Amino acid sequence: MRPISYSRATAVADAVATVVADPTSDFLAGGTTEVDLLRQNVLLPRRLVDINDLPLTQIEDRPDGGLYIGALARMSEVADAAGVQERFPMVAQALVLGASAQLRHMASMGGNMMQRVRCGYFRDATSPCNKRDPGSGCSALEGFNRGHAVLGVSEHCIATHPSDVAVPLMALDARVHTEGPHGRQVYPIDDFFLLPGETPHLEHPLEHGELVVGIEVPGLPMARTSMYMKVRDRESYEFALASVAAAVTVEDGAISDVRLALGGVATKPWRARRAEEMLHGAPADTESFRRAAREELAAARTTPLNAFKAELAQRTMVRVLETLTHPERQS
Amino acid sequence: MTATTLAIGQPTDRVDGRHKVTGGAHYSADVLLVGMTYAVMVGARVPSGRITHIDTDEAMQAGGVLAVLTHENLPGAAAQPPLIPSLAGMPAPGQTFFPLQDEVVHYTGQPVALVVADSLERAQHAAALIRVSYQEMPAVTTLDQGRDDAYEPEAIFAGFVPGRTERGDVEAGLAEADVLVDATYSFAANNHNPIEPSATTAAWDGDQLTLYDATQGVTATQLTVAALLGLTPSKVRVISHYVGGSFGCKAMIWAHPALAALAARHVGRPVKLSLTREQMFTSVGHREEQEQRVTLGADKKGRLLALRHHKLSPTSHFDDWAEPSLGVASQIYACPNYEGVYRLIRANTMTPTFMRAPGEASGMFALESTMDDLAHELGIDPIELRLRNYTDTDPTTGNPWSSTGLRVCYERGAERFGWHRRDPEPRSHRDGNWLIGYGMATAGYPVYGPNNPQRARARLYSDGTAVVQAATPDFGTGVATVMTQVAADALGLPFERCRFEGGDTTLPTIAAAVGSSGAGMISAAVHTAATNLRDQLIAQATADSQSPLHGADPGTVTVRDGRMMLRDAPETGESYGDLLHRNFLPDVEAAGSWSPSAESTRYGMTTFGAQFAEVAVDPDLGLARVRRMVGAFAPGRVLNPKTARSQLMGGMLWGLGQALLEANYMDPRRGRWVASSLGDYLVPVNADAPEVDIELIDVEDAFVNPLGVKGVGEVGQVGAAAAIANAIHHATGRRIRKLPITIEDLL
Repeated sequence: MRPISYSRATAVADAVATVVADPTSDFLAGGTTEVDLLRQNVLLPRRLVDINDLPLTQIEDRPDGGLYIGALARMSEVADAAGVQERFPMVAQALVLGASAQLRHMASMGGNMMQRVRCGYFRDATSPCNKRDPGSGCSALEGFNRGHAVLGVSEHCIATHPSDVAVPLMALDARVHTEGPHGRQVYPIDDFFLLPGETPHLEHPLEHGELVVGIEVPGLPMARTSMYMKVRDRESYEFALASVAAAVTVEDGAISDVRLALGGVATKPWRARRAEEMLHGAPADTESFRRAAREELAAARTTPLNAFKAELAQRTMVRVLETLTHPERQS
Repeated sequence: MTATTLAIGQPTDRVDGRHKVTGGAHYSADVLLVGMTYAVMVGARVPSGRITHIDTDEAMQAGGVLAVLTHENLPGAAAQPPLIPSLAGMPAPGQTFFPLQDEVVHYTGQPVALVVADSLERAQHAAALIRVSYQEMPAVTTLDQGRDDAYEPEAIFAGFVPGRTERGDVEAGLAEADVLVDATYSFAANNHNPIEPSATTAAWDGDQLTLYDATQGVTATQLTVAALLGLTPSKVRVISHYVGGSFGCKAMIWAHPALAALAARHVGRPVKLSLTREQMFTSVGHREEQEQRVTLGADKKGRLLALRHHKLSPTSHFDDWAEPSLGVASQIYACPNYEGVYRLIRANTMTPTFMRAPGEASGMFALESTMDDLAHELGIDPIELRLRNYTDTDPTTGNPWSSTGLRVCYERGAERFGWHRRDPEPRSHRDGNWLIGYGMATAGYPVYGPNNPQRARARLYSDGTAVVQAATPDFGTGVATVMTQVAADALGLPFERCRFEGGDTTLPTIAAAVGSSGAGMISAAVHTAATNLRDQLIAQATADSQSPLHGADPGTVTVRDGRMMLRDAPETGESYGDLLHRNFLPDVEAAGSWSPSAESTRYGMTTFGAQFAEVAVDPDLGLARVRRMVGAFAPGRVLNPKTARSQLMGGMLWGLGQALLEANYMDPRRGRWVASSLGDYLVPVNADAPEVDIELIDVEDAFVNPLGVKGVGEVGQVGAAAAIANAIHHATGRRIRKLPITIEDLL
């Protein structure tokens, strides 16, 4: 491994100041992805500031029925929290379906928001990759791209955003809190993740040294019956080929409110706003679900290897909506 | 265990289980030696070309670096031994190419430099500082790229298997058939991925080399490295007490043990060379990408009249290698007319190698999927179709089977599985969103015999304990446990008073334990040695005037619980210990040597089984989930049903992985594997593993080896993928002719 200097911070301000002062430095939380990428020479920091001692591990219930999750709460702790399981089952489900038990005990919620893509060309440290080496080209566009994104893609990058838990958080309009050189910032989660566009190396609107300190989830009563479904080749320990987080309210056979987000198919956690719009007021039946799903994926840009994901995403949306609205039909 | 119970056949716990789970078992990369240094391999980044320049200056100046070895300064190999499967007991290089000899690059990942430093981290850092410039040349790395340039080799598999095999007249048979099924199957490449990466620690003491190597055969490592370095084998000692799995990638000897030895000689200190997970995809062979076409002709009753089986696959530029996919598939059914042809493509890859039922697993997938089509087309139950084509003789030779048990396997497997509940109509079983399918297939795996004598040594101490020794390592199969059982029964000792030692070339020579042959050949050697020792002790007692057995006919003496006695008058006798103490003998020792009998060549020798799978398919989401697997196998004598069952279960789950998950692909533009980690190369995890039910069918085999052991190492995989694919067909009505079967195939 490359020589790296390492220090542990005990106060947020110190951690931020240390990283701000050194452009070649980075924060280190659970390390479950970052250490791999260091070993692979994909990430090349000269200094790591370990933030695991910072007091950011809280999981608090908010008066509005929402949550505030500290950036260093571990995935497994959040998945086990009663408030999360009762009021936001899709968040707990997304966490449990992510990674492996060992990784969930290590990985932090803030780190999960900041995790890098799984694109093999990004991770091999040698192939051309606009994310790793801006302007070098995208090897995935005509490469092995079975797992790559079909939504939010650009001609510069088609890497899929890998997070599970960010998908229900997107559906819930969560807000990401940061501390940085210019103090505290709060980002609506949709703004926290950037589309690749012409600048795939920019994944978040953060300054160097700006640290995720927490995630705020507003209260949403309908989320009590929400669900997260993840479709993948292997039953566990694998990223999604398509996933759906949804919450829906039906009144008199019609959809009165719906939240819908997709994972595994887009370059960022994907709020299915077009589908939500179509579903508002529509009858809660398969035909409506199919139409809405089709509409959401109409913008999909596929390759021969990943074309099935556009279809798979639609079918997963339909399955989730049917399960939520007609649980008696499912097994 | 009481003294009257035989040790063989008991479900004895592994003797090394506690060591393994408490961390007491030391693997090859755990070895710590005084002055240890660490080597890191640098692999080529291009699949084809020439190295125009290697800049090692920065690496040489990095902290702790002792040497950077490249083709410019590494001593040349003394000789390149031919590629011969390690079971033959000769030098066994995985490919007839040794790296770092010149500037030519033949495949991505080919070692182009080796860095040695005083710590692993410093060696890794220096390795990242080496700059290699290449003049790239066009490369072929996929089957599709080379399809038009395929050739028919005279022989494959190191010359052991002809490129073309014919019997009868396949064209005439097909012309005569009432029904034809013609299908082409494609298979992704596979990588072994044992959890322990390959590793070698090399240390010189003068001109004596010691290697701690993760290998299936210490002798294979010894002879291969000796040949490459120009040493006499007696100057190379190889030690391998524990091996963390192999799946075939440690069956042949790749470049790293010799490179570690060369590096250790260069720096004058011990060198540890451990492959990274990523390097495990480019350094130890793989199961090749392949395409197989099967044409079956049958009469209206389903009896096979002709079978044509062709295979096309890429090999390296050095060797004509294909896994022998047409082998068992040409033997399993009666069929008068047959044609099997291998075609190869020269590609910029390593030489492929043995991997988990090499050939049998892929060939039987193709055959058994096609047989399922035939059953469906003729409206015959799949088991009945197979019974109609059952053969008592090996169709390739006409010799009778040494033993079979196949009919009982079908019968018992079907009963345990509940096959009679299967409605033959596809899509006829449903459970909510899931379509349920039942599938079955035949399993078969050859009983390979070694080419040369297998040896063991047994020693009894005057305290009544014994040690048996043979050079074989235990790579996770339970060899040390079952050989202790074998020795206990042959010596007439309780299991607890016997111990097995292996994994060291200073012990009697055993060929590499490959091809599911370990239990058969090693038990033969151990049994022979221990029986010789027992006979020697009985002879000594009956010749000893002070023994109660003096003058008795040795044939009338039996041994139980360490006491020799007359079979018909058990009160007359004495213990081994009494005999040794009285004669001032601290120990008595005997050697044993075994080769397959000449008689065995008059028999076809195959382990048979039957596989059953229940698969649930969610047709909307393209998900296939295996709910149950049942296997019935007839592996001859079962030395230890616990370890045997574990191996068979593991084999069946390999089959699940082969069917639904395991795949690697070459990116043809870059000539590199797309998966190089266990995150990208999927193997089944616990959540994928269904209930696996196994029945062991008793068959006696008097010909394979002294104890009638046919082997359980790989037959568990054969047919498992076909049973799953056949179940998917039954569930959905869709026949998928590629492996693995993934979501996009079922949407």
